[in-house]
Amino acid sequence: MAPAVPRSGDAIFANVERVNAELFTLTYGAIVRQLLTDLEEVEEVNKQLDQMGYNIGIRLIDEFLAKSNVTRCVDFRETAEVIAKVGFKMFLGVTASVSNWDTEGTCCSLILEDNPLVDFVELPDTCQGVDED
Amino acid sequence: MAREVSESCMDSLITEIVSSYCNRFYSDKPELAARRIEAIGYQVGHQLCERYTMERPRFSDHLEAIKFLCKDFWSELFKKQIDNLKTNHRGTFVLQDNKFRWLSRVSADTSVESSSAAQDTTTSMLLYFPCGIIRGALSTLGIPCAVSADISSLPACVAISLQEYTVDRE
Repeated sequence: MAPAVPRSGDAIFANVERVNAELFTLTYGAIVRQLLTDLEEVEEVNKQLDQMGYNIGIRLIDEFLAKSNVTRCVDFRETAEVIAKVGFKMFLGVTASVSNWDTEGTCCSLILEDNPLVDFVELPDTCQGVDED
Repeated sequence: MAREVSESCMDSLITEIVSSYCNRFYSDKPELAARRIEAIGYQVGHQLCERYTMERPRFSDHLEAIKFLCKDFWSELFKKQIDNLKTNHRGTFVLQDNKFRWLSRVSADTSVESSSAAQDTTTSMLLYFPCGIIRGALSTLGIPCAVSADISSLPACVAISLQEYTVDRE
């Protein structure tokens, strides 16, 4: 049997069930706002957001692997590219770009030019440190 | 066309917020967890409804506003309308969604025999979120209400009850 061809982010995104991004964006915003009210410290909020993101990520990866038919990545550089082009596209509908590689190739930045999560966001001065993980 | 994200983003986010508030932040105080989840929903419903009614004239009466909620608002959120609306014309409304999207994943994995108390708690906690959304949307529409949800025996079928607060006019 011929190996399955890896699918592009666009193709996967076109085939998954999709919802109104505003609902998603506003839900995330309300969560951040509620966490700030309940936990008060920006550091603690970031920690909890990071934990939530981690928990979501380890579940999303199953869906990613099931739908994308990617072959094993040979190195971390390839992993970052696949996440940026296929992963982000199939879930958020936008692609990221990879840059800022360190010399060992173990650290990079994923840049989202167009991040649905920051639509409508205005940060008050007291919250400049809140990370959107 | 309005921007979209995959449904698994929304599902994951809701599951995670229910889990965080029930198991991490207020693990020994489920009533507080429920209030927080509902409050998050309220914020979302309030803001979304403001956006969707910005260019519309005010509704002529409460029934028209609730019909808007059942048709236009529900469609924006769930790509379908409320299936059934009942009222006693005295401030109580019951909205029925026969295939509530956010429950369809929960129900799909369990049969009636194997559903446990824990499963029911998670489901009812999850429902605080859409109840909050509705309460927030109604407050934007000028109709303060108490909102509660019941799951019927059919999988993914939700009945949402709205009880208007009666205002003493002086």
